[in-house]
Amino acid sequence: MSIRFDLLALFLVNGLIVGILYGLVAMSFVLIYKASRVVNFAQGELLLVGAWVCWASVTKLGMPFPLAFLATLIFTGVLGLLIQLVTLRPLIGEPLISMIMVTVGLSVFLQAVLKWIFGVAPQSFPTVLTAKQVNFLGLDVEVAYLGSAGFALVLLAGFAFFFKYSKLGLGMRATAFNQQVASSLGVSVRQVFAVSWAISAVVSAMAGIVIGMVNGVSAGLAAFGIKVFPAVILGGLDSILGAVVGGIIVGLLENVAEFLDGQVLHWGNLYTIVPFYVLVIILMIKPYGLFGTRDIERL
Amino acid sequence: MASFSQRPCGDYRVTYAADTTIFPTRASAYACIAGVVVLACAPFVLSSYVLSLLIYIGIYGIAALGLNLLTGCTGQISLGHAAFFGFGAFASAFLNNKLGVPVLLAMPLGALLATLVGLIVGIPAARIRGLYLAIATLASQYILEDFFARAEWFTGGAAGAFAKPPVLFGLTISGERAYFYLVLVCLIAVYLYAANLLRTRDGRAFIAIRDHYLSAEVMGINLTRYRILAFAVSTFYAGLAGALLAHYSSFVSSESINILLSVQFFAMIIIGGMGSVMGSLMGAAFMVLMPEGLETLVLMLKTTSWGNVPQIMNGVAFAKEAAIGLMIVLFLIFEPEGLVHRWRLIKSYWKLYPFAH
Repeated sequence: MSIRFDLLALFLVNGLIVGILYGLVAMSFVLIYKASRVVNFAQGELLLVGAWVCWASVTKLGMPFPLAFLATLIFTGVLGLLIQLVTLRPLIGEPLISMIMVTVGLSVFLQAVLKWIFGVAPQSFPTVLTAKQVNFLGLDVEVAYLGSAGFALVLLAGFAFFFKYSKLGLGMRATAFNQQVASSLGVSVRQVFAVSWAISAVVSAMAGIVIGMVNGVSAGLAAFGIKVFPAVILGGLDSILGAVVGGIIVGLLENVAEFLDGQVLHWGNLYTIVPFYVLVIILMIKPYGLFGTRDIERL
Repeated sequence: MASFSQRPCGDYRVTYAADTTIFPTRASAYACIAGVVVLACAPFVLSSYVLSLLIYIGIYGIAALGLNLLTGCTGQISLGHAAFFGFGAFASAFLNNKLGVPVLLAMPLGALLATLVGLIVGIPAARIRGLYLAIATLASQYILEDFFARAEWFTGGAAGAFAKPPVLFGLTISGERAYFYLVLVCLIAVYLYAANLLRTRDGRAFIAIRDHYLSAEVMGINLTRYRILAFAVSTFYAGLAGALLAHYSSFVSSESINILLSVQFFAMIIIGGMGSVMGSLMGAAFMVLMPEGLETLVLMLKTTSWGNVPQIMNGVAFAKEAAIGLMIVLFLIFEPEGLVHRWRLIKSYWKLYPFAH
């Protein structure tokens, strides 16, 4: 039995692209964390909401895809805003456990409600793009993935600009640094929290639509929200760049694991669990990640 | 626990020993003994269905208490409690089936094995805390889930493992009635131990670490030691509860040990009251009875015109799941101190009636 190294390139390209999608979701996770220090365990569900709503508006309501895409983004933006208003605003100033558990509760709730509304069977997206696959560096790659990868890079540049130069972005960074100081300098902390949730929900929904277009929509997409954790721990919890780099590394790792599993080890399903082993190892040796800032605590 | 109780006017505690008794007043001790006596008589009156609910409350109450000692008292967030619960269940079944250890011995041994696994996770985790610990325990939940699915020699893989009922002096403890007493004995032992632990030096160290870990360290409390101790007690409780459930339902499958169960344990301690021993039991009761309440509600709806809507009738399973999440969110927003706080308010209302101030 020989190991087919030509397949490795395919797995690597696939990993890179899936990794960029992980990065996109991780980026929206970091956005919330950076602004409000809330760890959002429901990020995967926000992604799933985006995928389902877009799917329903194309297939059930018969909207053309661009319109459905736009409608989904508006819907999820409002949803993110509402979640922040209803569940997180009353908890400002509560201990970390409450903040974590409220998003865990939210994630369970949203997932069950989505299963209730849309069922548990996976649904395929109607074809939107005429060419499904395109030749990229001698390999067949899904167009939607390629587009999303480009899109993610544009978004990343946009966020870098947003946090460096725009007033709101600077306000968000100030809030993340110290809420009291920021509000005494005239930053509306409530507005910052609300906007961060809205943007985060919209970005997750975009990722959800792209993944749904390629893989079909099912409750399993929420797993992307869990894969965010290895990515953000690797990159550092409060670094947008770190989130994207972490996402790409996790995507590559998964695919290398799948390649090794298929060619050499034959253990089965190795790729689903490898990111979590990596996560634990990173937490042991470098808990603040590659680009994260170290917390300094005083008595 | 003692500090929250209602005491008669003029009843001052002048020694530490008097201030840290398990039961703050004599009446509360009597009430507790009376409660146990009533429960011990319950199997003669109640139907086996109600008894099975009580057994579930007891088993989940033990696991929830373990999580409450770790999270509510020591402030270490664990999202992987179900994995240790599952490990105890599989280990006990394995010890009995493959190695022939008697069930009553296999259950505590299984719990000890769960503790060992908990220490493998917990000793490195003693370095990290808060959010990072939550994520690390979440990862350990997935890793152990994967292990359960893989290790066929240990868990039976996808098919699951069978667990025989326990035997004591030639008598088989099976059926609701007999098993109820077994769970009751375990429950009392475990709750007494926890209540006692919290009034000792170790328990005070736990609470100091929860309230401000840096100050606690400055005061000379060995953080690593107490974090590991809390992890060990917590995983032992989880493992014991898992073993009890395994030999009660006579079957363990790796599918039932999922992240939702971990979230459910967390929901129990939030609903019951963080850091409260009795709150853990109240939360467990709430979480066991809530799906029953939903079932009853659906049965009532069936007779009305709503009963014809298939979306509602088919969605009961999802509604139960959604209710778990919804309850966590609602309790955190509206009653962050849990049912135990509400119970105290009710007690003090009657105690002070008719002069509320």
